[in-house]
Amino acid sequence: MSLLDVVGPVMVGPSSSHTLGVLRIARFVHKFMKGVPEKVKFVLHGSLADTGFGHGTDKALLAGIMGMRADDERIRDSIEIAKNVGLRYSFEIEDLGEVHPNTVLIIAWKNGKKVEVQGSSIGGGKIEINRINDCECQVNWEYHTLILVIKDLPGAIGNILENVSVNISNLYLKRIDAIERIAVAIVETDEEVKEECLEAIEKNSYVLEFYHVGRDEDAL
Amino acid sequence: MCWNFTMWGVMRMRFEDFINEEKRGRKLPDVILEREMRETGVPIELLRREMVKLLNVMLEESTKQYGKRQRTLSEMAGENGYLMANHRAKMLSEFSHTATTVALSLAESNAAMGRVVACPTGGACGIVPAVLYALKVHMNASMDELLNAFIVAGGLGWVIEKNATISGAEGGCQAEIGTAAAMASALLVYYFTHQGERCAHGAAIALKSMLGLVCDPVGGFVEVPCVKRNGIAVNIAISSAEMALAGIESVIPFDEVVEAMYRVGRSLPESLRETGMGGIATTPTARKIVMEMKKHKKFKW
Ligand code: SF4
Repeated sequence: MSLLDVVGPVMVGPSSSHTLGVLRIARFVHKFMKGVPEKVKFVLHGSLADTGFGHGTDKALLAGIMGMRADDERIRDSIEIAKNVGLRYSFEIEDLGEVHPNTVLIIAWKNGKKVEVQGSSIGGGKIEINRINDCECQVNWEYHTLILVIKDLPGAIGNILENVSVNISNLYLKRIDAIERIAVAIVETDEEVKEECLEAIEKNSYVLEFYHVGRDEDAL
Repeated sequence: MCWNFTMWGVMRMRFEDFINEEKRGRKLPDVILEREMRETGVPIELLRREMVKLLNVMLEESTKQYGKRQRTLSEMAGENGYLMANHRAKMLSEFSHTATTVALSLAESNAAMGRVVACPTGGACGIVPAVLYALKVHMNASMDELLNAFIVAGGLGWVIEKNATISGAEGGCQAEIGTAAAMASALLVYYFTHQGERCAHGAAIALKSMLGLVCDPVGGFVEVPCVKRNGIAVNIAISSAEMALAGIESVIPFDEVVEAMYRVGRSLPESLRETGMGGIATTPTARKIVMEMKKHKKFKW
């Protein structure tokens, strides 16, 4: 931990793993989907399922999926706000297997698309996104994050990454459809990727889908 | 600059090292910020600005929540800050009364999903702001003085985090509320003396008095006993700081007390580390309260 992690951060209570961490996971999904989904299902595992009830976890998840920041005072009213904006949501408890005790699986729907993101709140407000759709990863959202669905062809990834002029810190690659030849790539960079680079990536002929999640404003 | 390296090449961190730098004529807050810059690469000016932000939120929330009734998640707490604020203290000084009220109020605001600074955690969020606010109100402390004392408190908490833990789940409540009390004590001593060595004595005395404190929240809610522990711990911070100001020294140096705290934490059974399965949490009354809550299905998904 750094000094600033010890004396902070600013958050809404009651606990960094039950509110701050899960809010950040849900907000990651919000950024990934470029807005509030039409429908969302939260599947809670382990300690989130046991003690999460009534501990504000539900409110933090809803606040995050609606894009609220960690110190937003509307978090405590997020259930009413979700109802007002017509967000259809549900909570379920399920054993997600060998995962961190504070893990949540978020399934969200928007414009006919379905997204699945699984993340763990690993303490002190830190998170680890461990699965995005079928791609397993270890994204802590402290870097600038790009998610790409690409053609799984020789040279594709090199060709695409040529457009990224900043230092790449982590790269995850997973083939999701061998017949259609489709793969998912998650790219984490130290610095923000420039606007023109983003445009170039989006136009690249190997890129089928492109999501610019960015870096969490609440990460120090 | 002379830092000690352990055999793995990882920089060790002792409060004593900070004090030694101070003895070479440097200012303690500068020494601490420089260390953070070395570790994270974040420039000192930016760090200072971040610290000011946190300090401002602490003071703002202290003013806003002072003596306010709160509707907490489990409703086991919510009136304590209000009652304390409306009580004329018979024994506590005005300073301590204000600090106690702030500590209770902020801990209750945390339990009601209010905005807090997790210093060092949400459960212990009332203690450090309580002494900052009391210094501002009763000593007319300037923002600069408060900031420097806050950085020293942060450095001291950082040493605890590096050599032990600040998480109740790992080390019990002594690691959370105990750390906050040690930080608040150091903060007060630094404000009055600007001497790192005396801060270490104040902090050591505070942490020693909290050694062995278990984490046993009823129903897993950060309310009982957490809220009142904030109110008590701030008084331990104040009295241990007062002792340090009087020239009383801790026989056992601060860094050794931290190691002792860690050893105690590791020997606590899991039932006494935030699981809600021991201590206060398993008393007959606590069980009854939790059963009632479940019966009313107030917390069904
Ligand atoms: S009892 Fe546990 S949850 Fe409550 S303040 Fe202490 S460490 Fe935190």
